[in-house]
Amino acid sequence: MDAFGSLLLGFGVAADPMNILYMFVGITLGVLIGVLPGLGGANGVAILLPLTFGMSPTSAIIMLSCIYWGALFGGAITSILFNIPGEPWSVATTFDGYPMAQKGRAGAALTAAFTSSFVGAFFAIIVVTFLAPLIAAFALNFGPPEFFAVQLLTFCSFVGMGRETPTKTLAAMMLGFALAAVGLDTVTGQLRMTFGTTELLRGFDFLIAVIGLFGIGEILLTMEEGLAFKGSTARIDLKVVLRTWAELPRYWMTSLRGAVVGCWMGITPGGATPASFMSYGLAKRFSPRGAKFGTGELEGVVAPETAAHAAGTSALLPMLTLGIPGSPTAAVLLGGLLIWGLQPGPLLFVEQPDFVWGLIASMYLGNVAGLIVVLTTVPLFAAILRIPFSIIAPVIVVICAIGAYTVHNALLDISFMLVFGVVGYLFKKLGYPLAPLVLALVLGDMAESSFRQAMLLSQGSLSIFWSNWLVGSISGLALVMLFWPLIAKVRDSLRGRPNEPAVAAD
Amino acid sequence: MSDNSPAVSTRTVDAVVSALLISVGAVVVWDSHRIGASWASDGPEAGYFPFYIGLIIVLSSTVNLVLALLGKGPGGGFVERGQLVSVLKVLIPAAIFVAATGWIGIYVSAAIYIAIFMAWLGRFRPWLIAPVAIGVPLALFVLFEIWFLVPLPKGPLEAALGY
Repeated sequence: MDAFGSLLLGFGVAADPMNILYMFVGITLGVLIGVLPGLGGANGVAILLPLTFGMSPTSAIIMLSCIYWGALFGGAITSILFNIPGEPWSVATTFDGYPMAQKGRAGAALTAAFTSSFVGAFFAIIVVTFLAPLIAAFALNFGPPEFFAVQLLTFCSFVGMGRETPTKTLAAMMLGFALAAVGLDTVTGQLRMTFGTTELLRGFDFLIAVIGLFGIGEILLTMEEGLAFKGSTARIDLKVVLRTWAELPRYWMTSLRGAVVGCWMGITPGGATPASFMSYGLAKRFSPRGAKFGTGELEGVVAPETAAHAAGTSALLPMLTLGIPGSPTAAVLLGGLLIWGLQPGPLLFVEQPDFVWGLIASMYLGNVAGLIVVLTTVPLFAAILRIPFSIIAPVIVVICAIGAYTVHNALLDISFMLVFGVVGYLFKKLGYPLAPLVLALVLGDMAESSFRQAMLLSQGSLSIFWSNWLVGSISGLALVMLFWPLIAKVRDSLRGRPNEPAVAAD
Repeated sequence: MSDNSPAVSTRTVDAVVSALLISVGAVVVWDSHRIGASWASDGPEAGYFPFYIGLIIVLSSTVNLVLALLGKGPGGGFVERGQLVSVLKVLIPAAIFVAATGWIGIYVSAAIYIAIFMAWLGRFRPWLIAPVAIGVPLALFVLFEIWFLVPLPKGPLEAALGY
């Protein structure tokens, strides 16, 4: 398929005036969500998802993905002005962004952050545009064993590449699968783990889990720190923007490195957060000014922002082509596709070209819109952060409760949301990763059905996952990923390096 | 709020959470076994997949429990007393708010919840509390009931007003 021709078709869809309007609404909401503590890309999209059921799927995904872009942009504002990362992936931005703001260079830091975000996203969108159709066409040959192997690879990558204790990653992930299995089994019609209650028939909706884990959990964590927002004021005028833009091309190597790292981490489910840290670390090591990092270097803002945005954007590539999201927010968008009756995966490119290419084109337009919106509205959002937490916190809890209720119009879901909030708080403090839990909850049914179909094909023999070179190499890679922590340990001891005790990052 | 002594050690919480996860895993294994976790004439039974999921939860959580008990997990204090109080100050009113939603509807309980939160934790004056506590639920009402036509839980007050 000709990517250029399809992209032009997509621009035709995305440039519809209503869709442009949704784009700006989405970006503005997204920046707001990214700025507010307790609301982030994943649960923000989850809360707003039920409101889009009445829209056409294309308009809905354009608005929701723009919320995602907005949230990615918004995280930088709080990091730089208040030293509070609004999103986990903007933690690395605080290292140099906040010192810059303290020196009175907040405008330059913000401009650099937004521009690098834009550059990172743009790089990733180009990758998506040209790689997605190829992967989708390739994946058309996939059968159930291949799909299960790819899903296995996704989940094993969390174990192999995560910074958390492998057994904790495994426990969190399997909890997600177990929760996904609750309710009516669609194949045999049997009830699983409902214990005679009718409320559990429906199972646990991942949207409820996302709102609780990321929303309520985050509020509890913020409350514990007893936050008082004290920040620098931000003024961005044209002069600062132009002067910063003139300075940015000097850091092209850092940008390029960040974008490549980001794309890689986004497509494999490493995610935006590790990508931003990795890019910051690489820039620190290779930059001639590396030693000054942490004291307010512009380059130290460029590196993590480029990578985070590239990762956040490229996370949509596996979601669209294989039906496997690369990040929790992409997982929520995938849930949206299923609710709108669209089956994500390679067939989507053949059956719904308007939708796919409309979305991809809207990614170009949405990021341009995002850059304009954030550059012009920073003072407004900075003012929102001056509202005391004791007003914001109850309002966010109420919004989360409404979001949880509207998913199924069930009161019990609000209680589940609170429970998930406590779980999120505990898990975060104990070093259990939340992303694999959410992804397992979303993909649980899909992974199970492809596993079952594969088992039916082979009459219960696991050898089907090694029956040809394609599925064999994916499964093999998955096992390498799964046992990577062990392999790394053995390698280190063979080299004679003393084993560092695994200290979990808090 | 100035109490900095740890209320409970991370090790204890880590061990308790691992133990809870083991029991969750055990329940999954048990229930999957109950509905059949083997191979039927027409393919895998309903409990086939969850059975192994539960088994992995039990195994990995056992490792986590042992690591926690041996002191190899995350250490230090889990939460300081003052922090725990702050967290409970959010959690308990939120739980009451959720419970009240079923009785008096989400809008009225939201108004009360926001008002109490602002007065208790923020020590705001009534003339600042009133506009926020009434304005936010009112805005949500317009947004959901009138604009998006998404009905939310309503109580006697809304019924009296004809909704």
